[in-house]
Order: sequence, then C-alpha cells, then structure tokens
Amino acid sequence: MNTTTVIATKFSGLKLPQLDGTFFSNAIRLVALPVAGILAFLLLWSATAQNIDTSLGKFPGPAAVMEQFNALHDEHQRSREKERAFYERQEKRNAERVAKDPNYQPKIRAYTGKETFLDQIITSLVTVMSGFLLAVAIAIPLGITIGLSQALNNAINPIIQIFKPVSPLAWLPLVTMVVSALYTSPDPLVAKSFLNSLITVTLCCLWPMVINTAVGVAGIDKDLVNVSKVLRLPALRHVQKIVLPASVPMIFTGMRLSLGVAWMVLIAAEMLAQNPGLGKFVWDEFQNGSSDSLARIMAAVLVIGLIGFLLDRGMLALQKLVSWDKTAN
Amino acid sequence: MTWNKPFKTLAASLALAVGFSISPATAEELGYPEKEELTFGFIKLTDMAPIAIAYEKGYFEDEGLYVTIEAQANWKVLLDGVIDGRLDGAHMLAGQPIAATMGFGTKAEIITPFSMDLNGNGITVSNAIWEEMKPNIPKQADGKPVHPIKADALKPVVEKYKDEGKPFNMGMVFPVSTHNYELRYWLAAGGIHPGYYAPHKGDISGQIDADALLSVTPPPQMPATLEAGTIYGYCVGEPWNQQAVFKGIGVPVVTDYEIWKDNPEKVFGITKEFAEKYPNTTVRVTRALIRAAMWLDENNNANRPEAVKILSQSNYVGADYDVIANSMTGTFEYEKGDKREVPDFNVFFRYNATYPYYSDAIWYLTQMRRWGQISEDKPDEWYKELAAKVYRPDIYQAAAKSLIEEKLATAAQFPDFETEDGFRNPQTHFIDGIVYNGKEPNAYIEKFDIGLKSGQKL
Repeated sequence: MNTTTVIATKFSGLKLPQLDGTFFSNAIRLVALPVAGILAFLLLWSATAQNIDTSLGKFPGPAAVMEQFNALHDEHQRSREKERAFYERQEKRNAERVAKDPNYQPKIRAYTGKETFLDQIITSLVTVMSGFLLAVAIAIPLGITIGLSQALNNAINPIIQIFKPVSPLAWLPLVTMVVSALYTSPDPLVAKSFLNSLITVTLCCLWPMVINTAVGVAGIDKDLVNVSKVLRLPALRHVQKIVLPASVPMIFTGMRLSLGVAWMVLIAAEMLAQNPGLGKFVWDEFQNGSSDSLARIMAAVLVIGLIGFLLDRGMLALQKLVSWDKTAN
Repeated sequence: MTWNKPFKTLAASLALAVGFSISPATAEELGYPEKEELTFGFIKLTDMAPIAIAYEKGYFEDEGLYVTIEAQANWKVLLDGVIDGRLDGAHMLAGQPIAATMGFGTKAEIITPFSMDLNGNGITVSNAIWEEMKPNIPKQADGKPVHPIKADALKPVVEKYKDEGKPFNMGMVFPVSTHNYELRYWLAAGGIHPGYYAPHKGDISGQIDADALLSVTPPPQMPATLEAGTIYGYCVGEPWNQQAVFKGIGVPVVTDYEIWKDNPEKVFGITKEFAEKYPNTTVRVTRALIRAAMWLDENNNANRPEAVKILSQSNYVGADYDVIANSMTGTFEYEKGDKREVPDFNVFFRYNATYPYYSDAIWYLTQMRRWGQISEDKPDEWYKELAAKVYRPDIYQAAAKSLIEEKLATAAQFPDFETEDGFRNPQTHFIDGIVYNGKEPNAYIEKFDIGLKSGQKL
C-alpha cells in the first residue's frame, strides 16, 4: 500500500480528482461557466453604463468603480495616518497639562475623525450580528414553546402573521422614539444610533426564525416523541435530547432566512436613520452629488452584495456542521 | 432711552448666569473646558466652513476640545439633535434658535454666541422657467442680462401658470430658514405673493393667498427635486445653486447678496442649558470658531482654495472641487458661461460677520411677523427682549477679548465693544430700496406693500 492509498482510505469522504471526462465537465460547470457569466455581466454593464447620462455624469462602469475602490483604500490609509497624528498631539497636550496642573487625570479620547469605508463595513457587520444574535436568543426559545403547544401556537400565530410583513422603515421611527425616551444614561455604554439599528434589525428578522422553529418542532417524528414518553423524560430533557436535535435543520433554515432579512433591513435602517454603517455611506454619497458619487455607491452595492452572500454561505457551513441533514444548500 | 432698558437688565442677569468668573484676561484664567468631547452637527452647505476649518486647522484642539463633526439629514433632525442632547451644537439657520425660543415649531431655549457668515444663498429656476423669464429681462451691451434680476421678470410667468390653473411650486429649505424669507422678500418685491402662515389656526403650510407655493426640500436634494419637475425654482445655499449650473438643469437668477447686501446667514446654535453648564467650553468653542472665520477671510480670501479642498472631502460638503470653488473663491456663475465677480458672495469674518447683532435677529422676527408666523402684533420691546435672549454678544465678547489678550487677534478686527449696542446702523442695501432699522421693527413692517401690517390678523 503506498501513501496515496493510505490517505485516500483515511479520508474516505475525499475523492481525488480523476483526470477523466467528469473532471472536465465538473471544471466547466464550477469554474468556466460562472467566469463566463461574470464576464458577460461586466461587458453588458460597461456597455450599458456608457449610454446612461445622469446629471452627475455617465453611469459608472466597472473601471470607474475599481478606481473608487482604490480611492477608498487610499482614503482609509490617509485617515489612519491622521489618527496616529491625532493621538500623538493628544498625548503631548495631556503631558503639558499634567505639568501645569498635577491633579489632572490624563485621559485618552477616541479619534474624532470620520470613519472610513472599511470602518463603516465593520460597523454594519457588528450591528447586523448583534441584532441577529438578539433575535436568535428570543426567537428559538419562543419557537420551541409555540411548536410544543398547539394552544399557544393558536394564540400567538395571528400576532406573528401581522408583524412578519412589516417593513423596517415602519418600525424605525417608533424604535427611535422609544430608545430616546428610555435610554437616557448620561454615559451610555453603546450609542443610541447603534441601539436603534440593532432593535430594528431584531424586530424584522425575528419572525422567519420563530415560524421555522415552531414548524420544525411541531413536525417531529411521532416515534421520537413516543420514545421520549416511554422513557418518561422530564420536559427540559425532552427538549434537549429529542426536540432540539430533531428540529435543527428547520431552525437553521429559519436562521439563514433571518440573516438575509437582517442584512437587507440594516442597510435600509442605516440609510433612513443616518446611523453609521454602509447604508449611511450610500446616503451620504447620494447627498454629496459629486462626480465620483455614483461610482462610490456602486462600489458599496458590490460590497453589500458580497457580504450578504458570504453571510449566507457562512450560515450554510455552520448548518452543515451541526446538523444531521447534510443535504441543505 | 427706554428701548435698551430690557437689554441692560438682561445683560446683567445673563452675566450672572454665565458666571462671569471668565471675565477674561488670559487663557489660564479662562479655565479648562468642562466638557472636552463634543459632537457638532451640520448640513452639507459651504457655509459650514468655520466648523470644518476649526477642526482641520486644529483650533478646536488648541482649546482642548475633541470635536466630532456629523452631517445631518435635514434641518429638523439637526435641531432635534441639539435639543435632545445628541448634538452639543450645530450650524443652524439664523431663524432656528429664534423660532425655537419663541415656540414656533419645537419649543426649546437655543442661543447663539457666534454668527457664522454673511450672504451665500441664491435663487435658481429651472431651464424652462428661465426661457420664459428671459424676454422680460433687460440686456446689457454684450447681450447678457442686467443684474440684479428682479422678480418682476418672473411675475408674468407665474400669472400664466395661475391662469392655466397650474400651481407654481418653489422650494426652500425650512419654514424659518433665511432662504424662506429671502425668497419671499424677492418674490414680494416683484409683486408675487408668497403666501401667509396662520399658526393660530393650525395652518403652517404658508400658502394662504399665495401666487407661488413654497414648500420644504432639504438642501442637497434641491437639484434632484428641480430635475424631477416637482418644483420650478428654489432658494438654497451653496453649492446647490452652482450644482444646477454644472448639471445643466437650472439657472441661478439672483443671489441673496443682491437681495440684501451682506445679510446675516447661518449661526452656531447651542442650548442655553449647555452654555450655563459649561461656560468655559462655550467660550472656547466660540474662540475656535472666531479663529476659523478669520482664517477663511485672511489676506483677501487667500486661504479659500485650501478651504474648498477641505470642504470637497466627502465627510464635509462632498461636492466636486470645481462646484464649490465657483462661489467660494469670489465668483458666481449665473447662466452657464456667465460667470461674474461677487467677491463678497461668502463673507465669514470681515464686516463683523461673526458678531451676533441683535438687529440681525430682529430682522428675522420682522419677517416672521410679516408672513404670519407670528400671528399677532408685538410691541418693539418684545422684539428686543427676544433677540437678547437668543443672540449672546456677551459670550462672543469674552472669547474675542481673550483672543486679543493672547495676541491671536487685534482689537481692530472686532466691533468696539465699549460703544456698540448690538445694533447695526440702519441698512439700506435691499433690492426694493426699503431701509431697515433694527430699533424700530414695527415701523419697518409697515413699509411693505405685501405682508401683514400692524393690527392685521388672519
């Protein structure tokens, strides 16, 4: 037995590529066709873009957008440079003041400059994940409870059905006002704007998860339920040993749907409420109306799409990891 | 002299309120700022420049202030931000602190220690309206229209629309904005009625008896709204008039410099509570802003190109360099290609632009009364008391005196604080030739053909 076969037997799941017809047809299917699709899209895009005249100049083609990616990157570098200088100046100023006024407790204040494109992306990601996790923490227990009790399901279902189709833009004003009324700490832990976006995201992405979890739990194989009854499992053990493992595929389908909703909602919420993040970036550029604005917005659109795609793939990978149902895609 | 009595008593009580421990001599005596981390709001307009310059040139940091500057969606959001404390201060329309203190709209005590600039607005009409106006405008020898263009040229157009039963819509940025009053002033001077407000009847649309219907659009959206055909013209600050020229969607017909030479424009607004709670911070902010304004006007606008570069960054105004430079560097482009010298289109410091004169506040109050936003007659005293509540030369003086003390400025750059009484001399340069004397607001209101007069209530 040579080494190759040893490895091959060890990773029995792993198939080594065979240089035969299937390999080439797979290569075409997985690589060549998507590449061709993208190229055709770029071609169509740049051809159409040249023919659209807006009051801000021509609609940006792929080249203009690429240029703005570079410009945004340069801006980011420059901003980091300024940030370093800011902290240096601050330390010097603090030292001078301590020399004059020994009782002074020097304090380092955060950089006051504008957040860059990269910062905005990170802000958006943090916000969407926080909102989503909060929704998970509420939706899954709620979904399981509803799934277990038909009576509760009947009671709560109408409410869910009414709230599910509500647009984030309708929630936002309410959320904003309630947050400003209730969250009045003089030294807040997190910014109000962050809380506004987060709660709006949670409110909108709660529902698909609740529904899927409930459906998953309600649809557990009767045999499994009977096993649990025979063993006289206490309620919590029943949920832990029978309900959760059995409904994991449905729960994750709900979570994937919800994360997609959350990402879309967040961009809209940031745009409307001027909360920091990618949505605000898009809105600010629209307001600026400079000749680069459209290309920068297009750059943001591509980044938003790419992140949305990666989030979805990430959830799928997680789902495959924890679930017994490996067929999801 | 009874008219200045309310000032004297007020000034005395205010001096106590601000805790004139400041009574400035040197920076050491001025004391460190009580609040060091501040957030200021602005609207994307070139006249936010003093705030951007004070930040970029390090004037805020020189005062030990760490300031974050945030663009706001519209004037309402900005005002609410200052009122609820999300913002510590902001670039405001001169009418906003006055209206807020008076209680027209959201009621809150907002004050201003610093006036941000003079002039800087324009009125733009769409290409189609311009073509219809053009035959009514006298020409110069070179075939270009004679400026200033009066609304007389627009009147036949508005009348035509009225006869056809089509509403003649125009945009301005806020009900108590300088732009609203300037647009109304220009229209009324040409015999076009811009409509009354009747807040006591719950009518705050400002379209009673109107020939031209005015409505609110946020400044950066003006060109897009004009392009969409929702409005036929608008009054807004820069760069949104020049943007219309660049985009080829409209023609600026008149600047506010021509409507009223050297009219007060934006102010820096903070809450009264902020000024009382953080007196040192307030004076220090004012100092930084005064230095920024001086820098902007230094050596005959020599620093303007650099300022334009800063303003064209996407976190400030964000429009193209060329668009902003058009008006900021002493010129103004009317019809495409018709670029004329207007060296005082944007004034940030000279002519005592930054000093918060009571008479400036009172002019806005007279216009609020003229158009019904103040629904009943008020005595002259009332105007003066309200102006003194909102405009705070005492804070400005404290800041200016400490700058003079530190040799960062000279006394000659400021009004003579010993003799000045908060009133500019009667101002004559209005497009309709009517003289404004801030000491006699009621007599001034009587002078207009179109507008509410004393005793009149809708």
